Amino acid sequence: AGAPLTDTVLPQVVPGADSSARQLCFAWGPAEVLVCETLFGRSGGSRSRCLAGAAAWALTDSVAGTEDGAPSSSRVFVVRRDQDIYIQTLRKLFNESHGIFMGLQRSEEELAGKSRKTQLVQVSKNYRSVIRACMEDMHQAAVSTRDPALQGQYSTQVSILSAMELIWNLCEILFVEAATAGPLLLRLLDWVRLHVCDVDSMVREVLSSESPSKHKLFWNVVDVFVLQGRMDEARHLLSKEASANPTSMNMYKILDDLMKKMPVPSLSNTQTLTELELKWQHWHEECQRYLQDGTFASNPHMESICKILLGDEDAILEKKELMTTWYHFLVTRLLYSHPTVKPMELRFYAQSSMDLFLGGESSPEPLDMILMAAFEFEMHQVIKECSIVLSNWWFFFHLTDLLDHCKLLQSHNLFLMHVIISGYLLFFFCFGSNMREFLLLEYASGLFSHHSLWQLGVDYFDHCPEYGRVYLELHIERIPLSTEQKALKVLRICEQRQMHEQVRSICKIMAMKALRNNRLGSALSWSIRAKDAAFATLISDRFLKDYCERGCFSDLDLIDNLGPSMLLSDRLTFLGKYREFHRLYGEKRFPEAARLLLTLMTAHIAPCSFWMTLLTDALPLLEQKEVIFSAEQTYELMRCLEDLTAGNPDKQKFQDDDIETTKVEMLRLALARNLARVIVKEGTVEGS
Amino acid sequence: MFVARSIAADHRDLIHDVSFDFHGRRMATCSSDQSVKVWDKSENGDWHCTASWKTHSGSVWRVTWAHPEFGQVLASCSFDRTAAVWEEIVGESNDKLRGQSHWVKRTTLVDSRTSVTDVKFAPKHMGLMLATCSADGVVRIYEAPDVMNLSQWSLQHEISCKLSCSCISWNPSRYVTKTFALSLKYAKAEALMTVTDPVHDIAFAPNLGRSFHILAVATKDVRIFTLKPLRKELTSSGGLTKFEIHIVAQFDNHNSQVWRVSWNITGTVLASSGDDGCVRLWKANYMDNWKCTGILKGNGSPVNGSSQQGIFNASLGSANTSLQNSLNGSSASRYFFPPLDSPRAGSRWSSHAQLLPPPPLIEQSCDADTANLQYPHPRRRCVSRPLNLLPENEGV
Repeated sequence: AGAPLTDTVLPQVVPGADSSARQLCFAWGPAEVLVCETLFGRSGGSRSRCLAGAAAWALTDSVAGTEDGAPSSSRVFVVRRDQDIYIQTLRKLFNESHGIFMGLQRSEEELAGKSRKTQLVQVSKNYRSVIRACMEDMHQAAVSTRDPALQGQYSTQVSILSAMELIWNLCEILFVEAATAGPLLLRLLDWVRLHVCDVDSMVREVLSSESPSKHKLFWNVVDVFVLQGRMDEARHLLSKEASANPTSMNMYKILDDLMKKMPVPSLSNTQTLTELELKWQHWHEECQRYLQDGTFASNPHMESICKILLGDEDAILEKKELMTTWYHFLVTRLLYSHPTVKPMELRFYAQSSMDLFLGGESSPEPLDMILMAAFEFEMHQVIKECSIVLSNWWFFFHLTDLLDHCKLLQSHNLFLMHVIISGYLLFFFCFGSNMREFLLLEYASGLFSHHSLWQLGVDYFDHCPEYGRVYLELHIERIPLSTEQKALKVLRICEQRQMHEQVRSICKIMAMKALRNNRLGSALSWSIRAKDAAFATLISDRFLKDYCERGCFSDLDLIDNLGPSMLLSDRLTFLGKYREFHRLYGEKRFPEAARLLLTLMTAHIAPCSFWMTLLTDALPLLEQKEVIFSAEQTYELMRCLEDLTAGNPDKQKFQDDDIETTKVEMLRLALARNLARVIVKEGTVEGS
Repeated sequence: MFVARSIAADHRDLIHDVSFDFHGRRMATCSSDQSVKVWDKSENGDWHCTASWKTHSGSVWRVTWAHPEFGQVLASCSFDRTAAVWEEIVGESNDKLRGQSHWVKRTTLVDSRTSVTDVKFAPKHMGLMLATCSADGVVRIYEAPDVMNLSQWSLQHEISCKLSCSCISWNPSRYVTKTFALSLKYAKAEALMTVTDPVHDIAFAPNLGRSFHILAVATKDVRIFTLKPLRKELTSSGGLTKFEIHIVAQFDNHNSQVWRVSWNITGTVLASSGDDGCVRLWKANYMDNWKCTGILKGNGSPVNGSSQQGIFNASLGSANTSLQNSLNGSSASRYFFPPLDSPRAGSRWSSHAQLLPPPPLIEQSCDADTANLQYPHPRRRCVSRPLNLLPENEGV
């Protein structure tokens, strides 16, 4: 990394925000940044102008905004960080890979050796199949759309996804599966067959023609098969040609025999590498013999195939157009000259293949550099290069996580890495799996900036050992609580993780919102959930005030079923108890109601301001035919009334207000009468 | 980064501030046209102006949202020497049908005798509090004791800084005993840290459970400081938390004055805006090396694509500062500000460079080698002597 890294940070142009004489003012949001043009620092310097401007402003209303270069239409720009998450067709990628990711995190670490490796390879394949599925969707979208701009966008995505899959597949072979000599070549052949599909249409065209052997591209197709090691298909085609040319039957037979006998590595352990090498040597010599004695001299096509079988580099390179890429050339070369190539030898062949293939005509492209880094087993270089080309956190993070699970990242100690994503440069050191954590945080933060993908982000943060929790806390409280359902969803996430402060804050916000909209019941239940005593008191007061004004309670269900949460605040307790008094009264359980009413005052549960109401509520009980308040209770009531009238600092009020005075007089009268009745009654009971 | 939307703000004069609400679903803009506009984001992501009203009788410098726990509340400050608190009213009127909301003025704070340059709500755990600062250098802290009554604000503190105040910022941390981080504090921080140029903005980063605070300062360049509270036994004057201050980064990429700094919600990316017409984004790696990670520019402004990156890892030593927590842990006096006219990290400071020469700028080409380098400074005895840095001591 020689060049200064800052040079690679490309400025993102905010269109329309022009004039170099201005600055940009900005504000961070949870997911976006607001940017707008402004002039800073003029507030102090040109104060007088501002004042003059302010004065002139009122007068010249119509022309305001045109003088002094003020913009006639000022604009605010919403800037986002990550474009990918807003592409609808990529949603599948995010959603489905989330499941695979979660599975990988849960997977049994204890699975040792081979079964663990099989599992990881399977995970890798699952990721790849998601990429493929997305690629197909995107391709479909590109085909079906009529908007050329959109089509271009989709096509770009298809090529990005296919590059991702190509790289991932190679990493899977080299790092995850860590294929050994022998199987390695087979895997690489599969890889090339899967990804070099430029020639597929040609093959289809020839095979579907009436007589393939007459087709002008016939030999090209045979060559393609040979170059990709698809011997059976090549032989099948050749046999058609042979039957059409009985004169050269012998020549075909010999070539067919050579192709049939070609020893290939097997995936099973039935043959050792030495056996294979021996067989291969023998076969090679046989090919050599036929070539030298001019068996194929009469047919240049067959001669060139024989040369390819011998691994003749020039002969292979002649078919450059059919291979299209240097890595195809590499694999073909390995197939016919070094079938038992060891992983660590790959780098030499890869480098020379690339040099030979490009031949100084063109310089390697970023994708070439990534693949080269993989062949060199420079895993971190792969990741770094990927991040430069593929501005995609998804790929970057999930691949890293997989490699981390393969225990491949721990082996390295300190790395200096810089990556650029969406013109967004990150530069960091990584200690083993710190890189995973770092990328995880970035990826999950990105998901959180999306209105629905954030839910996936929660799980990702959960698997981030160091900072996951605190990041989640900061992000989750910013999720807009647009509906009760959404608030409950966010709340559940916080409750499951014991994020008490966030739970409290969400409930508080919801309570405030409900109160502002005059939904008292909802406000009360949210503030109970928030365990917010002050707010519960405030809402209880609102309830009581409403009751005093209208004479009935709203949200009875809630108040009747407060249960222990009633104890959250004194006022709430009172509200609950007072409502209970009303219920008892309604059920005509007068003695219990009377007792409760008295307790509310004597135990100081009721606020003083409410005593008058309570005493007034006692009036009908005092006036019942049946004597309800005992003598002792009546005395208590009298004391409450006297306390209220005497001890109240608003004594004045009681004297001035006619209605209040009348009320007090009526109460006194009722109490006295009740006392008289109760004395008679109690005396009678005792006397009898 | 990419520009997702462009909104015609339709202000009739220069916009001075834009502000997102807590959830990023609403925004407010304020302008020299004396008005504030509120914008709401619809389900499909479009922004609609739902309120626009004349707020002041002068340019409106800043507009800011209170935490949604306090409802839908805005504060604005203006050249007309006032700050105002606004609340959205939910009504059954026709407004709602027309997609318009109604904002009422709950209070006007008229204590300032000069232009009010900044207004900020305190972190929510401190209750409903508001800090303002004004051009004549007075910082005022107001509190609404009853969060349901926004018309009652009591002036809790008035701190004169002598120098013009342009900005204030609250320390968002819950972990320090309600540290009140106001411009005053910075003044002292800066005094010790040789910020000899006008400071235009300051911002504390959200605390990620770190043991220290991160502060960004916009002056003639972007600077990032860490403030590490010293352990109690190390501090001499009982009760006051002192800080060990390090400058961790300094960037002059803006090549000119920097006017705004602010942190993203996780405190991991700093944005700064300067006279070069760019917004630059800064991010640190695990080793506290700060790098530019993105640039936003207007298409008319020239970008200096320079590669100059000053990386500071110089320790200023444990500047045994008298940076007090405004709230000393145990004391009953809730907010402690020394009764001094402390210098303001404001303007006209350029003559103090000789007191504390700026630390060496280390050009680093390979961060791997030098990341751990520390450049210790001789310990400075600046304890409780911020007054020494007042302009009248020029030439000391």
